[in-house]
Amino acid sequence: MAVAIEVNDLYFYYERGKYVLKGINLTVRDGEMVAIMGNNGAGKTTLIKHFNGLLKPIRGSVKVKGRDTKGLSVAELARTVGLVFQNPDHQLFAETVEEELAFALRNFGYPEDIVKRRVEWALTLMDLRKYRHRSPLSLSGGERKRVAIASVLCYDPEIIIFDEPTIGQDYYQKQKIAQLLRMLSRQGKTVIVVTHDVEFVAENFERVIVMADGKIVADGNVREVLTDPEVISKSNLLPPQVTHCAWLLKDVGISPKLIKVSELVKEITRLFHEHKGI
Amino acid sequence: MRTVLKSNYAIEVINLSFKYEGTEEYALNNVNLRIKEGEYVVITGPSGSGKSTLCRTLNGLIPHFYRGHMEGDIRIFGISTRAKRTHELARLVGMVFQESENQLFLSSVEREIAFGLENLGLPRDYIRKRVKWALRNFKLEGLKDKAPYELSGGQQQKVAIASVMAMSPRILVLDEPTSNLDPLSAFEIIALIHQVNKAMGVTVILVEHRLELALKYATRLILMKEGRVITDGDPREVITSKEARSLGIGIPKVVEVYKRLKEEGIELPRIPLSSEELALGVRGCLATYGSSYRG
Repeated sequence: MAVAIEVNDLYFYYERGKYVLKGINLTVRDGEMVAIMGNNGAGKTTLIKHFNGLLKPIRGSVKVKGRDTKGLSVAELARTVGLVFQNPDHQLFAETVEEELAFALRNFGYPEDIVKRRVEWALTLMDLRKYRHRSPLSLSGGERKRVAIASVLCYDPEIIIFDEPTIGQDYYQKQKIAQLLRMLSRQGKTVIVVTHDVEFVAENFERVIVMADGKIVADGNVREVLTDPEVISKSNLLPPQVTHCAWLLKDVGISPKLIKVSELVKEITRLFHEHKGI
Repeated sequence: MRTVLKSNYAIEVINLSFKYEGTEEYALNNVNLRIKEGEYVVITGPSGSGKSTLCRTLNGLIPHFYRGHMEGDIRIFGISTRAKRTHELARLVGMVFQESENQLFLSSVEREIAFGLENLGLPRDYIRKRVKWALRNFKLEGLKDKAPYELSGGQQQKVAIASVMAMSPRILVLDEPTSNLDPLSAFEIIALIHQVNKAMGVTVILVEHRLELALKYATRLILMKEGRVITDGDPREVITSKEARSLGIGIPKVVEVYKRLKEEGIELPRIPLSSEELALGVRGCLATYGSSYRG
């Protein structure tokens, strides 16, 4: 499959000499759904700001759909790459939710009937119909976050990046965000999600990239990465609760590579049946 | 120098309803709660269920600061919050919010911790002693000269808790204190809250969505929905209740494992609230299983 994003030996600093990214290499293919994890200050947000051209490499290169971002403006990349910020207030400014959603579409020059249709679609999808005439600023943090997501979904970019989409969301909204990510992925979109939420990653992703101190410390299958004690401790993460239980029960014969509830139940049941057979 | 307290209950919420000015719906709807001193209460429920509003009533922000219509009463150690002013309540009830950035605004951690005490008009010597105690107890000595904005989210939250605890409140109310933190920092904050509850005997009211972390030390769990308390009791019972399932809260994975094992005919002695408890339960069960079989 074609490459959506290719990062080659990327270095970046905000303040001369204090590198925030130190030699990042990664490839994301079209249609992939990837989680990026790591503790605060690991460089996750700095990295994804390179994907939509907000930041440009100091060394190395970032290519989006084969085009080097060096020569491209944020505006030129915006149709291909949508970024939903961690703090929705950095992105919302219109008087009503409806206006907020229509803004980018009008900017891209879509005819009014399409603008209207897309806005309706996104309002419904993100559970925002009842707030359409409200000011985004009058909504709760979780609701504003959904407006920010809807405003990006509206213009239908090929690559969508979410920075901490589950923060401030209750369980129900979190499940809805998970469904949305899977739906986007099924539609063939490339989905990149920065998150702290290890349970959310264990449940919904296949590939995870873990960062620590400006470097990538692991990139691979969620099960392999999240059950690797060395990766977890190096990156200051906590393992999924199921994995933690499995580690605690390793000596009685439970596999330490479990990440899902059903797997742990199966392993414990097996153990009990073996015991019965003694 | 403790005030004489008039009640066995740290918190009594009696037929409490509240509606913010300019809104139609009640944010709280006839809430009744009695919380004893030393309890560790976790409150959870969907967004908009009234959790934050309830927190604001406990230190008098409602009705003294937020406008609206309040019915019923809240008593803190027997004293009605209607009668007490917010700064008097601050000595009894400490509050920590989701975004500690908005709570911290001074030039150094040390100044930040002193600020609340100065506001209470306490003697300088006493303030100095309390600041020292807070810096030592919350392991902030190394950061005392830093500005709060130089700190990580987890450190800021620690400072917020230390500043509040320096005033030696009897009740600590925390409204989603870990939601902006990475997992390890969140874990540390939860451990700190446990320490405050256990070692200092402070009554804890913790509003949280992340139950896999928060429930570990809870002595009581309250579920809220649409401004009402829908279940209230022992965390192990509440978390496995019908109400918890239908409310769609994030049931910890260890509880899910417990339930599924039960369906498979393996009943652990106790509903686990943490990985350690689940592992212990499985281990214990295996041991008795094996020995009774062999014996």
